[in-house]
Amino acid sequence: MISVSEKFYFYYFYHVFKHYFSIQQIGIMSKVKVTLKVNGDLYEAAVNQSKTLVEVLREDLQLVGTKIGCQTGDCGACTILLNGKSVCSCLTLAIEAQNKEITTIEGIAKSGEELHIIQEAFVNEGAIQCGYCTPGMVMSAKHLLDKNTTPTELEIRQALSGNLCRCTGYARIVKAVQVASEKINQSVTEK
Amino acid sequence: MDPKKNKNNLIGKSIPRIDAPAKVTGKALYTGDIVLPGMLHGKILRSTVAHAKILNIDISAALALPGVKDVITAKDTPCVKFGNWRLFPQTQDELPLALDKVRFIGDEIAAVAAISAEIAEEALTLIKVDYEIIPAVFNVDDSLASSAPMIHDGNPDNTSNISLDRKIDVGDIEAAFKDAYYVREDSFTVHSHSHAYMEPCASLAEVDSEGRVTLYTSTQTPYIVQCLLASTMEIPENYVRVIKPSVGGGFGGKMELRAWDFCSAFMAKRTGRPVRIVLTREDELAVGRRRHGMKIKSKVAFNKDGTIIAKDFEAYLDGGAYNSMGPTATFLCGNFGAMIYRYPVYRYRGYHVYTNLPPSGAMRGFGAPQALYVSETQMNMAAVDLNIDPIELRLKNAMVTGDKIEGVTTISSAGLVESITKVAEMTNFLEKKKNLPKNKGIGIGCYSFISGGVFNWFNTQYNFSSCEVRVYDDGTAHLLTMSADIGQGSDTVLRQILAADLGLPVEKIRLTAGDTAMTPKCDLGTWGSRVTLMNGNAILDASKKIKEQLSKMASLKFDLNVIHEVSFSDERVYAKANPKRGITFGEAVKMWVKANRGEELTARGYYTPRDKGLTTPAYSFGAQVAEVDVDPETGVITVERITTAHDCGTVINPLGVEGQLEGAIQMGIGYTLCEQFAMRDGKTLNTTFLDYKIPAAEDMPEIVSAAIDTYEPEGPFGAKEAGEGLVIPTAPAISDAVFQATGYRCKELPITPEKILRATGKI
Ligand code: FES
Ligand code: FES
Repeated sequence: MISVSEKFYFYYFYHVFKHYFSIQQIGIMSKVKVTLKVNGDLYEAAVNQSKTLVEVLREDLQLVGTKIGCQTGDCGACTILLNGKSVCSCLTLAIEAQNKEITTIEGIAKSGEELHIIQEAFVNEGAIQCGYCTPGMVMSAKHLLDKNTTPTELEIRQALSGNLCRCTGYARIVKAVQVASEKINQSVTEK
Repeated sequence: MDPKKNKNNLIGKSIPRIDAPAKVTGKALYTGDIVLPGMLHGKILRSTVAHAKILNIDISAALALPGVKDVITAKDTPCVKFGNWRLFPQTQDELPLALDKVRFIGDEIAAVAAISAEIAEEALTLIKVDYEIIPAVFNVDDSLASSAPMIHDGNPDNTSNISLDRKIDVGDIEAAFKDAYYVREDSFTVHSHSHAYMEPCASLAEVDSEGRVTLYTSTQTPYIVQCLLASTMEIPENYVRVIKPSVGGGFGGKMELRAWDFCSAFMAKRTGRPVRIVLTREDELAVGRRRHGMKIKSKVAFNKDGTIIAKDFEAYLDGGAYNSMGPTATFLCGNFGAMIYRYPVYRYRGYHVYTNLPPSGAMRGFGAPQALYVSETQMNMAAVDLNIDPIELRLKNAMVTGDKIEGVTTISSAGLVESITKVAEMTNFLEKKKNLPKNKGIGIGCYSFISGGVFNWFNTQYNFSSCEVRVYDDGTAHLLTMSADIGQGSDTVLRQILAADLGLPVEKIRLTAGDTAMTPKCDLGTWGSRVTLMNGNAILDASKKIKEQLSKMASLKFDLNVIHEVSFSDERVYAKANPKRGITFGEAVKMWVKANRGEELTARGYYTPRDKGLTTPAYSFGAQVAEVDVDPETGVITVERITTAHDCGTVINPLGVEGQLEGAIQMGIGYTLCEQFAMRDGKTLNTTFLDYKIPAAEDMPEIVSAAIDTYEPEGPFGAKEAGEGLVIPTAPAISDAVFQATGYRCKELPITPEKILRATGKI
């Protein structure tokens, strides 16, 4: 799902091993000002350099639609789009996300009353149970369909395999992505 | 099809979940998403040793850290023990914070509230705990050795680490075995695994100036949490309001009062500020509740023709350090040892054993997956030995409607025979099994599960399930219930039931659920697949009362003969024989309100199972076939297809039931093949999803299913359990398929490539 660069590895190990360091040494560093462009809006926040993007989204910007399931990059609940690519926002530092386009689950519906095609398909196909994985799933699905509007079932499963779901067994999620892809193609041909 | 089904075209209709739009847009709030003004962040200090006396806890440095607002240890609290089995107070063995002793790595010792999560975490590192280490035991055998340390001493009733036992005796077991043609005797080990719900637990409490607590918590059982929080804080139940926001899965793991619930409420009271505690995945995997691992010995006697004549079943449950929901697991394991086939003679001995491991609790099917893995695997083994095909052997012994387990239960509806026949047909089982290509296998497993429990272990004086229905002259209704939707879809199904009965569209039912201050007492919560049947019945009870009142209005208005039946559908109330003689639902309500001088038309509905044996009012049944491919070189198992035929009575919402089935298969495959705790000296080593692997989208097989049409007389519109029991058959089905493919018969779950390679002599 994400290309795990060396940089990400560093932060991964940081999270896994952070308890072994004194927080004063690396946790509470001086605050820096970041400007984040989220769902088209500019936000300014003063954050610790070690803050992850998901923490800043949820705590500073109150965009709590992005969920935390593990904080180690393994569950995908925190998936957002960074310059159009799906990333785990728990493995991304907020300061890294400066000057990039951030899209979260709050930013993809057409309006407060009208859902995105993918969201609509998730609702209608029964792809949601507890819903905790849903925002991340939708963002991963969006990343996939943005670059490939006609994915095969295998491609869908591969694209979603960084997103864990404990409720649905994935069947209906895969179906929802298929339905969304059909709809997207229909609307393209109609145009 | 039963005419009572399909009421108003709403029963049996796939309706997308009511809360889906909120969840898909990120608007649904889970406990950890909620922020209250002035909120503090709480963290919990846990034991780093498995068994020790606590000599001293020094919190001074933590308290002195700037930003820390409170630090508590057991000494600051009332120290009231709690546990879900209130009916037997001696089983209530847990304190919110450990007082003089810790019993597992992860036992909660102290809690901190601070102005930020970072400061709270920093403060935890400043708390010094002096331990006096006691020898620890990490499995049932060691725990039962005469030299074993007592894990719960201090209780004079405890003479060993067996915290409780359960015995069932039906018939003369010795005599039955004497006459047997064939006896199948085996020992099994079934392992523990994690609920792995995606939302880690969280709690958020605020306390008003009168000392009344509002607790938001990720729970399946708001009422149980309300009662136990009140008792542990020594305040009246009525001073505790528990609100269940959206919950990110539970599967049994969120049905108790937990330390964080207590600590956030207790520190909120002391600081006068809201306190939120959010667990991490590491917490959840390292110290969270889990399924009971068990050691099971089972002996089954058969006649030559394959008829079962007796079964002797013995289970040792590894309970971990506290009872948690272990008593129920011990109970259900025994009941399910006697289920799905007719065992005219049955003996069960179940022992719940303390060890210095994280406590096992309730988990999807609790007690039944373990018991039925053993039973079903033995059936498959017996089929080979008796040279009878496994379908025929099952059909010969399968329970049918009206069967009884003496003193325990009566089966009021059973579609097991139909399920077995159907699944065999759907998969062409016998044919395929005879002509298996190399390294391929096909296997079968069956199951049954309860539709809620009838045994009042929580010792509630209220009805098991209740609701209130209010109806309005704008043609809408408001349903208030304590039932907890944790993802399984009850908010939708319950509205569907009320809508169908009142003849209203689902959109016209407004729902308030999972808030103990708003909804009638009580509902015992979401566990044991009880919600649809129990709350569904309570809703029908309330709905009936409403309809009686509104029928009077139609009768009056149209001067109906007293023999007329009044119907409710299409938002109208009318004479069944002459639909023109009717009024809209809203008009009927308006008339009633006028006639009653402004009163509001409301009704309370209740359900408590009475005279239903010891277990449940209704059982679901089903059969599943797994088809696998095993790589002979690596031992890697690929599950290619899972086919299920299941009897859950009337299906109220097929979309929901199918989703539950598919989810259960994911959990079942994980349990069978890849989910296992790596433990060393009481410490859980795999605490990330990288190391604790649950199946991902790519790992899932093709899923095929069929619902068997049965009607459960005790259930609302004939419905009963769906979704929980489905986690049971996957392990025995895959296990049998692996046997067909490799010759390896698994008596020690999970089935790993290594075990296969060892069995086939490859390593
Ligand atoms: S929270 Fe980021 S991957 Fe799980
Ligand atoms: S819907 Fe619950 S984790 Fe996916």
